[in-house]
Amino acid sequence: RKSVKKGFEFTLMVVGESGLGKSTLINSLFLTDLYPERIIPGAAEKIERTVQIEASTVEIEERGVKLRLTVVDTPGYGDAINCRDCFKTIISYIDEQFERYLHDESGLNRRHIIDNRVHCCFYFISPFGHGLKPLDVEFMKAIHNKVNIVPVIAKADTLSLKERERLKKRILDEIEEHSIKIYHLPDAESDEDEDFKEQTRLLKASIPFCVVGSNQLIEAKGKKVRGRLYPWGVVEVENPEHNDFLKLRTMLITHMQDLQEVTQDLHYENFRSERLKRGGRLSSYGFVRCLVIFQEKEFVSACSIGLEVQFTLQAR
Amino acid sequence: MEPSAAAEEEEEEEMPLTAASGPAGCQLFGYVGIEAVLDQMKIKTMKTGFEFNIMVVGQSGLGKSTMVNTLFKSKVSRKASQPGQEERIPKTVQVQSVTHVIEEKGVKMKLTVTDTPGFGDQINNENCWDPIIKYINEQYERYLREEVLITRKRKIPDTRVHGCVYFVPPTGHWLRPLDLEFMQRLSKIVNVVPVIAKADTLTLEERAEFKQRIQEDLKTHAISVYPQEDFDQDPDDRLLNDRIREKIPFAVVGADQEHQVNGKRVLGRKTKWGIIEVENPAHCEFPLLRDLLIRSHLQDLKDITHNVHYESYRVRRLNESNRAALSPLNGLPGKGEGSSNL
Repeated sequence: RKSVKKGFEFTLMVVGESGLGKSTLINSLFLTDLYPERIIPGAAEKIERTVQIEASTVEIEERGVKLRLTVVDTPGYGDAINCRDCFKTIISYIDEQFERYLHDESGLNRRHIIDNRVHCCFYFISPFGHGLKPLDVEFMKAIHNKVNIVPVIAKADTLSLKERERLKKRILDEIEEHSIKIYHLPDAESDEDEDFKEQTRLLKASIPFCVVGSNQLIEAKGKKVRGRLYPWGVVEVENPEHNDFLKLRTMLITHMQDLQEVTQDLHYENFRSERLKRGGRLSSYGFVRCLVIFQEKEFVSACSIGLEVQFTLQAR
Repeated sequence: MEPSAAAEEEEEEEMPLTAASGPAGCQLFGYVGIEAVLDQMKIKTMKTGFEFNIMVVGQSGLGKSTMVNTLFKSKVSRKASQPGQEERIPKTVQVQSVTHVIEEKGVKMKLTVTDTPGFGDQINNENCWDPIIKYINEQYERYLREEVLITRKRKIPDTRVHGCVYFVPPTGHWLRPLDLEFMQRLSKIVNVVPVIAKADTLTLEERAEFKQRIQEDLKTHAISVYPQEDFDQDPDDRLLNDRIREKIPFAVVGADQEHQVNGKRVLGRKTKWGIIEVENPAHCEFPLLRDLLIRSHLQDLKDITHNVHYESYRVRRLNESNRAALSPLNGLPGKGEGSSNL
């Protein structure tokens, strides 16, 4: 509550195959349009591409609370015929952010460190399979020690309620079978009120969330709701009976702080101890990497005597 | 049968002397009964029944088995024949066939459904189409061997794949590299019918956009899916097939459960926001797919498989064996006793 004035920084990464509705969901979650000039590439262009990293930052303000939200998108993930190298780019991005933070933290002036570490990763699971695909399992095992994974079942309007239950259970079983560590919501404190405890219980029971995203306003039962219009009915995004979108949003907002803390206390510390054990020239490594990436961008100063630097990352 | 001599005027028909222009049409001045041939054919077919082999290809979970069950309104798919088996993704692509005999109004059909579990499910899907191509060629080879025997069977068992239904996941964007690679290779050896699986996830606008993008993709990469433009025999065919080609790929939804809608029992999927009726053309294009595969183009599928794809396989094979026969190293396996007669 003290940092309300300064505002929050939060970095969210979205990973999943193309066409699972990631961009639509992000736009629905934050009620903005993060990708105004988006062109969907055709398969011919996709064949040659490797996974790209695209980060977009927006400043959202609501009732005096400022949030600097960075959404990191990973187009090209899962598209190629051979996806063996899919995760390399993503993992090196996550490591780079940790590296930079470590470098800043070890610098002289630590008052204005910008935290661009990935606090949370939404992993989109396809609703069309019978559970997790081999690619899903491999990827989650590769990053579960680096970032908080929140599995999300996308395009859930293709599943009936029974199918959803079955799929959720199947996915949870497979996650346990492969010892994948996903983000677990902390239990409510005993001094919180009953409503909050109940809400937390419901949220915990619904993971992974089955969501539907949309920013189109449809007329349903006399009022305008956000949803998808089909010939057989309307799927309402914000109706808890239709999908878990509201639960996902609640979870993200009420646990933003916790997600950051876990990133700091668990993932970052893991990275830091590994890195320091490995040794090597810490400061110049981070510094040189910074210069290489920001070659063409304006920046005030790129030295570790922390000055506030506004930047957006470019895809490499 | 009416006597043909009832006509008062006895006209002399002129037979053209040159046969190069084809036989001239004759005017019949009475009922001959040629049309009864159709009845004879029908009776024969009903006695022997006919065979139809269909292959379904696509990633796991796209509703292939359900679709086949819905198409033939019975439990014919691999899932149904091995109930209770866990849906595990196999490590390599397997090709599994299940054969059933279906009967309707005295007409018997021997239906073989070939499933390909494991296709496109791995991390590295390179060459996952090889087992499928091998299977298709094996069936052609089997037929070829039967055909070149000196004493042939009266009715050669036809296990060749007449149609391959390819399930495209409903991403709404474009065809994926895997889809393009597969369809490019397979449309040369078998009739490929692409469909958009689980189409209940796309709104009507998204569906139209997706279809258009897919059609563009197919054109850009010169993939000719069924019905192929080159094999339209006459303007009527062309008209009919053009209408189908506009709608390819069909957006389908499969369901094997019945629900009550407006007092009738319909096949459909029940969700919180409505019931998706599988046979309602306003909801999905399943009726079009069914009509194409069964009601209107089944014989055409078989004909093109036999006259085009099988023939080109045969030509390739014969050229291979001729070349090998001419070379001193004749390591090619013999083609049966009839090879000298070819």
